[in-house]
Amino acid sequence: MSGPETTGRKQIHLAAQLPGIHNVTVWSDPRSRSQIAFESFRHLARTAERGRFDFFFLAEGLRLREHKGQLYDLDVVGRPENLTQLSALAAVTTRLGLAATVNATFNEPYEVARRLATLDHLSGGRAAWNVVTSFDAFTGENFRRGGFLAESDRYARAAEFLATARELWDSWAEGDVRADAAAGAFVRPGAGRFAHHGEHFAVSGRFTTPRPPQGHPVVIQAGESGPGREFAAAEADVVFSKYNRLDQARAFYRDVKSRLARYGRTPDQLKILPTATVVVADSDAEAAAYADEITRAQVSPQTAIAHLEAVWGRDLSGYDPDGPLPDIDPAPDAQMLKGHSLFRRDRDEIARGWRALAEERQLSIRDLVIEVSGGQTFVGAPGTVADAIDHFVQTGGADGFVLVPHLTPGGLDDFVDRVVPLLQEKGVFRRDYTGPTLRDHLGLRHEPAPAPVPKETP
Amino acid sequence: MTAPPLHLAVALDAAGWHPAAWRAEDARPADLFRAEYWADLVTEAERGLLDFVTFEDALGVQSAAFHRPDDRVDQVRGSLDAVLLAARVAPLTTHIGLVPTANLTHTEPFHVSTGLATLDYASTGRAGLRPQIASRAADADHFGRRTTPRLTDEDVRDPERIGRRLSPLFDEAADAVEVVRRLWDSWEDDAEIRDAATGRFIDRDKIHHIDFEGEHFSVRGPAIIPRPPQGQPPVMSLAHASVPYEFAARAADAVWITPHDRAGAEAVLAQVDTAVRRTGRDTRARPLLRFAEVLVFLDAEPGAAARRKARLDDLDGAPLASDAEVFTGTPGELADLLLDWREAGLDGFRLRPGALPHDLVGITRGLVPELQRRGAFRTAYDATTLRGHLRLPRPGSRYARAS
Ligand SMILES: Cc1cc2nc3c(=O)[nH]c(=O)nc-3n(C[C@H](O)[C@H](O)[C@H](O)COP(=O)(O)O)c2cc1C
Repeated sequence: MSGPETTGRKQIHLAAQLPGIHNVTVWSDPRSRSQIAFESFRHLARTAERGRFDFFFLAEGLRLREHKGQLYDLDVVGRPENLTQLSALAAVTTRLGLAATVNATFNEPYEVARRLATLDHLSGGRAAWNVVTSFDAFTGENFRRGGFLAESDRYARAAEFLATARELWDSWAEGDVRADAAAGAFVRPGAGRFAHHGEHFAVSGRFTTPRPPQGHPVVIQAGESGPGREFAAAEADVVFSKYNRLDQARAFYRDVKSRLARYGRTPDQLKILPTATVVVADSDAEAAAYADEITRAQVSPQTAIAHLEAVWGRDLSGYDPDGPLPDIDPAPDAQMLKGHSLFRRDRDEIARGWRALAEERQLSIRDLVIEVSGGQTFVGAPGTVADAIDHFVQTGGADGFVLVPHLTPGGLDDFVDRVVPLLQEKGVFRRDYTGPTLRDHLGLRHEPAPAPVPKETP
Repeated sequence: MTAPPLHLAVALDAAGWHPAAWRAEDARPADLFRAEYWADLVTEAERGLLDFVTFEDALGVQSAAFHRPDDRVDQVRGSLDAVLLAARVAPLTTHIGLVPTANLTHTEPFHVSTGLATLDYASTGRAGLRPQIASRAADADHFGRRTTPRLTDEDVRDPERIGRRLSPLFDEAADAVEVVRRLWDSWEDDAEIRDAATGRFIDRDKIHHIDFEGEHFSVRGPAIIPRPPQGQPPVMSLAHASVPYEFAARAADAVWITPHDRAGAEAVLAQVDTAVRRTGRDTRARPLLRFAEVLVFLDAEPGAAARRKARLDDLDGAPLASDAEVFTGTPGELADLLLDWREAGLDGFRLRPGALPHDLVGITRGLVPELQRRGAFRTAYDATTLRGHLRLPRPGSRYARAS
């Protein structure tokens, strides 16, 4: 059997995410456990590590979504604070990378840099940061800073936020902690000194936390707009995307990778990982039937109406989810679903597209929402799924995937037990970790420390 | 009538509270930023059946001066975020309370609330919060959003003066703790319903906006995390003067004070009582536990602890200076002191080990058995939550409607 080194085939990167909110989690399944108990997270993270995944990822939402002026009660809500949770998970895993989404709009660089450096220390070099920006003032109501930033300013702040965090990580050089008891020298003089004066941040002083084991924690980006892609090309080590259909994925992949050269980077310095769902069963037919069942559980009649309302901007509770689309037009301004990113642009256009699709295929409201929700990405017997994933990656659709199981916490068990061994046999997925850090798993270099210049004390 | 058992906590800080502790023989100075070091300390504390451990923290680098940075390189400099540190050891322990320090001057109360609730889940009910204000003006420069009072050399000689100068920050922190608690309460305990018939995951009538409007900030809520296992993790604050006593009376479940003898403890507790009355707090409904702090060097052999401290003083170039009483002696002598001071009306002690792990082990394997022999300390954990250890009732959500 040939090992990964000899096949010359692209190696697949895999990450796992505990599903929260939206309608991915099938909480009505009797096997579904708590979305918040530590035990659920432990199970999923350990399963991912058993499967030799690159990392475990947690999304973030800083405000509960509201629908028609009330909390949206169809959502699977309630989630922990990412960095705290991942720090606890560092205790029950040894190799798995730990990726936290942390918003750059409602935090300050000093604190985020410090907490990420701490996670990197406490996990022995396994920390990653998914840098997101927020798009609405709605979330801002939970924070001192309040308000929000215009679209054009969000990435400017995010970019400067990240640059500032990197300056803070670089403020301690490798070896600045000497801990030389005999000489009475604990630190090198000037360790941690920093000053940053820019458009969004004017900060200075001494950073408290020594240089993280990875140099810099891994940086992830998940925005899809032009500025988002540009930010990813310039700054990120990993990009998440929602493009998990091969044609769209290839276009996104080509576009983002083509932007790298401008920043003096090579294509392998940025891994593109679409979000994917997997349904495995003994046969392709069984898997297809099961996938259908899952999808119908994810899009309940109530959820279908709520999705339609979010696009239409109107109360549509009187409509039959198994009946045709409403004949009335969307309301021009109303925002029915607050805190939801999907429908923030082009609601009219979405509505026109939905209506056309429903008419062409004679779809009921619920069937339409199921159709546009995308269903399951990879469905089949273990061999079918392994082939499809491999094909997707080898033909330029992705460098790997973030898998979002529909069951908490056991939703990854089948994949790890039945599909991962097949990917390993193909020589496209590691049999074991080759290094201790997340940068090792991703094949990224450790960020070298800046040359240790003697620092003046001001 | 026998007195209730003492509550006993240990304050973990780097290599110990003596600035030269990292140079002691059994110190592990190269491990201070590694998880294993902290895991070893906390599991040792749990072996000693202690109520809780605390994790010190600050938003600036340590310094020999209270109010401004220094450039010393012969003492420990550098630290990790305490909430994450507490979370990192949570799955490795089962009983001991975990109380990290969190700054409330420059951080978002929303994030602090969520982080502590997460710690409470990860530890299944063992989280506590030690809120801290940023007393150093230099910390404000790390954030660049605002300035805070700049303490002078004269200010720092007198805790009352410090308290007065920083009183706006204490007011703001009291608001922040209020926000933190309201967010913990914003989900009623049974808000998650998973009602398949209606497709509803939550009962929206049991999740509440908190609509906090204060002088310094407003927060709408609700939390993004369900109510933590303890309802509200206990809040505990260190206080040296009237303004922080009043902060504790308003915001805390336990106050830690720094007397130097039994009479001093009585005097401070009288001031705490005054602060409680001023704030109108009903301590029968909301108890306020009172802990005294002692910085300890412990050795079984008489005189050894004092000699050890003297060696560390020599290495540091000055005798140890502390806000708290510094004790050197045997476990038996320390037990005498604690039981004597307790008569002033204390519920327990937060002990600061002079050097780690030496003085922690002195506490867990010397002091604890000594107190047990005297019937003054538990011989087994009889609760699994921090509130349980402290005999603090679990509060209901303030938003729960009696129906
Ligand atoms: C796969 C994926 C995951 C994301 N996860 C989060 C998240 O956890 N929290 C969040 O606030 N935004 C998340 N986002 C949103 C983006 O990071 C980004 O902030 C948003 O799409 C707006 O940026 P844009 O204008 O560049 O699209 C995610 C996006 C994608 C595609």
